[in-house]
Amino acid sequence: MKESNHIITTENVNFYYGDFKALQDITMGFEKNRVTALIGPSGCGKSTLLRLLNRMNDLIDGTRVEGKVLFEGADIYDPRVDPVDIRRRIGMVFQKPNPFPKSIFKNVAYGPRVNGVCRKRDLDALVEKSLLQASLWNEVKDILDRSAMTLSGGQQQRLCIARALAMKPDVLLMDEPTSALDPVSTAKIEELIEELKKDYTIIIVTHNMQQAARVSDCTGFFYLGRVIEYNRTDLLFTTPEKKQTEDYITGRFG
Amino acid sequence: MKRRYLKQHLFLLTVRGSALLIALAICGFFIFIFVRGYGVISWEFITEAPRDMMTKGGIMPAIIGTLYLTLGALAVALPLGVLAAVYLSEYAKEGRLLRFIRVGIRCLAGVPSVVFGLFGLGLFVVRFGFGSSILAGSLTLGFLILPTIIGASEEALKAVPRTFREASLGLGVSKWQTTTRIVMPNALPGILTGSILSIGRAAGETAPIMFTAAAFFTASLPKSIFDEVMALPYHIYVLATAGTRIAETRPIQYGTVLVLVGLVFGINIIAILLRSRARKTKRW
Repeated sequence: MKESNHIITTENVNFYYGDFKALQDITMGFEKNRVTALIGPSGCGKSTLLRLLNRMNDLIDGTRVEGKVLFEGADIYDPRVDPVDIRRRIGMVFQKPNPFPKSIFKNVAYGPRVNGVCRKRDLDALVEKSLLQASLWNEVKDILDRSAMTLSGGQQQRLCIARALAMKPDVLLMDEPTSALDPVSTAKIEELIEELKKDYTIIIVTHNMQQAARVSDCTGFFYLGRVIEYNRTDLLFTTPEKKQTEDYITGRFG
Repeated sequence: MKRRYLKQHLFLLTVRGSALLIALAICGFFIFIFVRGYGVISWEFITEAPRDMMTKGGIMPAIIGTLYLTLGALAVALPLGVLAAVYLSEYAKEGRLLRFIRVGIRCLAGVPSVVFGLFGLGLFVVRFGFGSSILAGSLTLGFLILPTIIGASEEALKAVPRTFREASLGLGVSKWQTTTRIVMPNALPGILTGSILSIGRAAGETAPIMFTAAAFFTASLPKSIFDEVMALPYHIYVLATAGTRIAETRPIQYGTVLVLVGLVFGINIIAILLRSRARKTKRW
């Protein structure tokens, strides 16, 4: 993996919840316009790493980061950096669809509105574009005023993706985005990820190894807070170098 | 075996009896007030001022006064209480300061209302020179209901799912924008319910307004917030203790009680309806 194509890199990152060391010496590079999957058993630290990349872990009291997380070469944990700016450029989609109890339109327009886009025409265009990108537009274009809570789980999750896209981020972090969805909705989201990587860098945490194999270009396998193996997805799944990786992907533990 | 059954029956009887007793007491209270007070309730009673040493006429100035005082108390306590609750629920970090504030609020809730009255007299009436007035009374009542409003608001804010906050913050929206645009609007029904319940409390209190706002009798309605007013609970107190023609004022006294109880009861019903409606539209 060439250094120059990395949009985010971590250098010797350790992460603590209080006294508990959740991540140990993580050094990884995430390639631009690629999909990187993070896999591993529950509690291995993959979600922690994901939330560390846009400083969502800041919200939890008693956490501490050591090492460097570089986004386009600049350390996002530099004290002069405002985490709000980071989160604008590195968006996030959560495990459970979490639309606001507002209309579909207002959900997507929320981020841009707060950040000063207020002309109706601009907002309309942005909402349409974001929903198109999230392949939800055709299903909701006539019901934009309806509450987002009336949508199905899969639609809600695509709405959340559209909401994140409306902020025009560079990177999209996805924390098990399909674990609460049925297979059909899951397939739709996976197609969408394939589509989105043309314009965005995507880092996805998943419990589903087939999903990682299907959607990602690179995969990192985590175990007990360490990166055990990080490689091109086709290589990692066909010829794993480490015994632990092989055991995990063949279903011998986890 | 039989003994155990007997004990169980006895226990059931006791708990059921206790519950029933409470229900009966409340019903008895309402019926008593209604029967005694119903006779004097009329359009004149609600729209006229007292006459002839309070033996005739109505209680309109007291109704208006209670209205002013209650709204005033709400105007004081609602912004202050909601802001304090936002601090406690969204910003404060666990620690000594937070514990101190919480103990303070709990103590405030436990202070007897007459103490609030004296506090209001000392601070607002005398020290600030507001005199016995709507302003001084509203401030005093406002402090009285502050703990209730803070408690209810904090509860309502905490009930807003964490995922909403995460979603907003994850979009690169700042904390205070998240609080004002997502958290507070979703907590509003709960905040309102708590506030309305506290209105009932403010409307019914006598001791806090006795020294700070309530007048024995005013011929005209208040013209500014620095005027004294008559108020329902104080009017009841006056009729019960200060009258010289008790036989003639007694029916009026019951009528006033009925109006006050009806008012507070009505406010509580509104709160309950609002809450059940908010629960229905809430989908998380």
